Formats: sequence, structure tokens, C-alpha cells
Amino acid sequence: MSRPLKKVGERSVGITIFAFAYLFFLYAPMLVLPLFSFADQTIFRFPIEKFSTKWYEEIVERPEMLRALWNSLQVGLVASLSATLLGLLAAKAITRYAMPGKTLALGLISLPLFIPEVLLGLALLIILNVVGIPLSLMTIAAGHVMLCTPFAMAVLVARMDGFDKSLEEASLDLGESGWMTFWRVTFPLIAPAVVSSLLLTFIVSFDEFLLAFFLQGNEMTLPLYIWGQLRFPSNFPPVLALGTCILVASCALVVFAEWLRQVGTPGDKPQVGV
Amino acid sequence: MTTDYIRVEHVTKRFGSFRAVDDADFGIRQGEFFSLLGPSGCGKTTLLRMIAGFEFPTEGEIYIDGQPVTGVPANKRPTNMVFQSYAIFPHLNVYDNIAYGLRKQRLPKAELDKRVQDALAMIKLSGFEDRKSDQMSGGQRQRIALARALVNRPKVLLLDEPLGALDKKLREQMQFELRQLQKTVGITFIFVTHDQEEALSLSDRIAVMQKGQVLQIASPRELYESPNCREVADFIGTMNFLKGLVKAIDGKTAVVDVEGLGLVNAPLPEDYSFAPVGAEVLVGARPEKLDVVRGAPHPGEKGVKGDIGACAYLGDRNHYQVTIEGLGHQLMVATEQGDRSTLASFSPGEQVTVSWGDNSLVLLPKT
Repeated sequence: MSRPLKKVGERSVGITIFAFAYLFFLYAPMLVLPLFSFADQTIFRFPIEKFSTKWYEEIVERPEMLRALWNSLQVGLVASLSATLLGLLAAKAITRYAMPGKTLALGLISLPLFIPEVLLGLALLIILNVVGIPLSLMTIAAGHVMLCTPFAMAVLVARMDGFDKSLEEASLDLGESGWMTFWRVTFPLIAPAVVSSLLLTFIVSFDEFLLAFFLQGNEMTLPLYIWGQLRFPSNFPPVLALGTCILVASCALVVFAEWLRQVGTPGDKPQVGV
Repeated sequence: MTTDYIRVEHVTKRFGSFRAVDDADFGIRQGEFFSLLGPSGCGKTTLLRMIAGFEFPTEGEIYIDGQPVTGVPANKRPTNMVFQSYAIFPHLNVYDNIAYGLRKQRLPKAELDKRVQDALAMIKLSGFEDRKSDQMSGGQRQRIALARALVNRPKVLLLDEPLGALDKKLREQMQFELRQLQKTVGITFIFVTHDQEEALSLSDRIAVMQKGQVLQIASPRELYESPNCREVADFIGTMNFLKGLVKAIDGKTAVVDVEGLGLVNAPLPEDYSFAPVGAEVLVGARPEKLDVVRGAPHPGEKGVKGDIGACAYLGDRNHYQVTIEGLGHQLMVATEQGDRSTLASFSPGEQVTVSWGDNSLVLLPKT
């Protein structure tokens, strides 16, 4: 039972090689995107003979691409705000109240994650048709809310479970109402998780394709546009350039979210001696 | 009972079929330092939380200063609490923590500032306004929690094992400070603890609880010297329990035939209805009220012969286990170690006399 732990690095050459191979297969394909976005050619083929930034300059000359980007940002904003709000309410209910059917509610909210998106998209399309709601960006956003809420809830439940509930009791004890306790104590303490949830759900919505495909009206989101451009290879390089920009922005966002999480977690800061 | 500042009237709290608090019925006086003492799970914290307004009784009523508060939520009660974890708001600095309750009351800025500064001075933390809670030590956080509660001038301060997280030295110092503070502010304190020494040294009165029931409410001295049942005697300090049979009642004493000791005269407690002639009872004797001697017992005392079993040297006193003929278990005796000589001590196997005075015996109901 009490075997001494092996020190990593002594007899673990094999595992190190495995780890690097794993990382290579995971991320090397991603590097193809920025690589070809700087290649002065329209065919994806090595070796790359000449590098240029002309595809980046061409981004601005593709209004329909920028329009799709703008649509995606709008949908992502609506979906992430709505999903985070719903997730917050669900997390509050699940972590703070004793209620019948709690486990069932938790399961039902998480269910969209496990239903094949094709079926989900089809079902939503039929319902919208029956009720007579015209397809638009807002129908895509509504579908995304369904998909994003479980993510928001998971992030927020973890945070709300993690903090000392006597903090909320202390606020009530000091005379504050339930509503103001939420704003004066609970919200400031879960704020990093709220930001996390906003970023996560935004990204889920931003790159979602299937639901958007079923629920689109006249307007396209960026994934739909990119998919459409596959038929025209000569049009494609500027898409790569835009993709690279988005990749960089996503990385920056994740780093920012992580930094915010660490700054916002009480107790993680180095202790200052008294 | 018009003098009671807080009334807990036949309060029962059930969680499902479990009775966390079972028919608690008592009063607490104004300005009193009142402790709820018992092992974990005895219902003391549940009772405190019902007085605070975080839990509500299944049956019974609670009154504070004459007002029924049974169904009133915590934020509408004239009570404030010091939590076991202190519950210092981690996103606020010391000043804003203490001002939390006052901000809700929308006090004028100058008065708010004065009261916070006074509170900071009271807990000797002036100048620490801008610190966050993770920059404060355990003892400091505890004092901030105290100030944050007291600054609202509650009618009752509730303390849920506030010293439990501190180390021994600091705990003893804080006990002293707490007692001083209570004397200064004159507010009624209700203090929950499982530490009997803490309860004894701090309280005016203590309610001893077990399995949801209040066993006895009395001053520390009364609890120690005149417990009303085996459980209280066992929980507060150490006691030898001997089986006996009441032979006669003679004025204020009962003549009891005790296993191993023979006939003893035990003083009768206030309520001795459990001990009519012919009843089986328990006779309790604290180890330090007994003595071990060579030869005859102390003058005016009774004695019984026995053999020393195990010995333990504890510096300021010695503990002996003495085997006595006719007694099913060993008798525990604690003697003071008054000087540095080894003459006063005994060795295992030595034949001795255990000496006791009748007044040191306690008559208890057989359980």
C-alpha cells in the first residue's frame, strides 16, 4: 500500500515522449491554419514557396465574411448573456434551496448536451415551423441558449458550492435582505465564475455549426460562411487569415479568463505577514 | 418567569424523524453569559441557530425581550452572530466588514465612521482598516467577527464555537478577552461550545445538552459539585460511579450501602424523589475529593483498604487506580503533588487506604 512514489523524470523517458507526441498530434494541425494564411498560394501544398500578408489585407475586401463575423458576435453575445443568467438562477436554486426534484431538474437542464445536435436542430426547426416563428439570427441564438445553459450552470454550481455558506448567513444576520445579500456578498464572490461562464458560453456559441445550420434564416454565422466557402478554393485563403485572427483572440481570451480567475479567488494570493 | 430576557418555550426541532432539539424549555437573563455545552450532535448549534433565526422550531416559541420571534427571519431579529468559521467577507476590507450592518441601516457617514472606529479600538485593531481578511491571523479574524456583530448593538450576541479554530494559548487569551468584553458591553451572550473547561471558565450559567435534551442548567460550580445525573457528571470533569442501595433517610443525608465502601452518608440533593428508602442509586465521587494514605484515613473521614494498581505522574498531581475488594471496577483517585519529594507517592501493589469525607459524595439517580 505504502509504496514510495516514483520521482517523475527518473524512469519516465517513455512517458515524456508519449506526452510530447500527444501534444504534437493535438496541436500541430492547428498550426497549419496560421501557416497557410501567410502562404502566397491558393492550394494547400508543401513546400510553401513564398510568404505574404496579402490574405490579411483581403479580409476587409470581403464584406459578406465580415458580416458573418458580426452576426456570430451578436448571436454569441445574446446566447452567452442569456445562458449565464439562466445558469446563475439554476445554480442558486440547486446549491441553496432544498426542493423536490432537484436531481431531476439538474438532469433535464444538462440533457441538451447528450441529445444528438442533429435531432435537436430538427426538432427545433419543426417546432418553429409549426408555431410560425420565422428563422433568423435570433432563432439561432435561442438554440444556442439551450446548448450553452448546461455549461454555464456547471461552472456556476462549482463556484457556489465552493464557498462558505455562512458568508451569506452572516449577511442576513447583519440585517441585510436576501436580494441585497446576493448583490453585496454572493455576486462579488462568484464574479470570476460569471466571467468564466460568459467566455465559455460565448465560445460554444461562436463555433457552433449544426444548430445554426438548421435554424438559420437569411443571415449566416461565421461557421456557416466558412463551410459555404469550401466550394470555392480560390476564395479560401482570406478565411484562413480571419481564422488565425480569431485563434489568437481566443487564446488571449482564455489567458485573460484564467488570470481573472486566479486574481478573483480569495486565498490564492500570497499571504502577507502581519 | 418575568425576569427572563430570552425565553425558549418547549422548543422542539425535528429533521424528518430525528429530534435535533427535544422540548428545550428555559430562560436566559439580561446581561448573562450563557453557554450551551454538549458533545457534537447534541443539538446545541441547532438551538443557537433557532435563536438566530436560521432555523425555525417544529414546536414551541422563542421570545427575545418580551417579543415573540419564533417565525421571524434572521435579518429582522435583534441578534447578531459570531460564526464558527468567522465568515469574514473575503472581498471586503476590515473597515467594510465591520460597517456591513451599519451600511444597511443607512447611518449618517460621520456616525457610521465613529462607530466603526470605536469598534476597531475595542478590538485593538485600529489602523488595520484597509487589510483584507486573508491578511489577518486567526485571532484577528475572530476579533473582527466580534466587532462586526457588536457594532450593531444587538440585544443578544450569539457565538458558535468561536474559539474552536484557535490554538491552545491563543484560545486561553481570547477566553479572557471575551469575558472582559462581555462585562464591558453588558450584552447578553449565548455561547455554544463542546469544551467543558471553556464553558466553566467563561459562563454565568451553562445548559448541558445531550441527544437534543437539556439535562441541567446551572452555574459552573453547581454543575461540577452537584450534577443532577450521571451524564452531566460524566461530561463535566471525571467522576467515579458506585452502585448503592438507600437504607435510610436521615435529615439532609441518605444512608447508602455502597458497593466496596459499605455504609456511607451522602448529602441529599434538592430533588431526591428518585431516592426513597430501598431505591437503587448511584453515588458519585470526584477523583480529587478522594485521597490515598498509608494506615488510617484522615481525621473525621472514612476509609477503605485497597491496592494501588496503575499510577500516573502528571507533574502537579498523581493519578492512581485503586483496586478495592467488593467493587467491580477500580477507583480513580487524584492526589496533589504539593512538594518535590517522592515520599508522597505510592507504587503499584502497595496496600493503602482510600480516604473520603461524606460531603464529597454526590447522590445520583440510577440510569
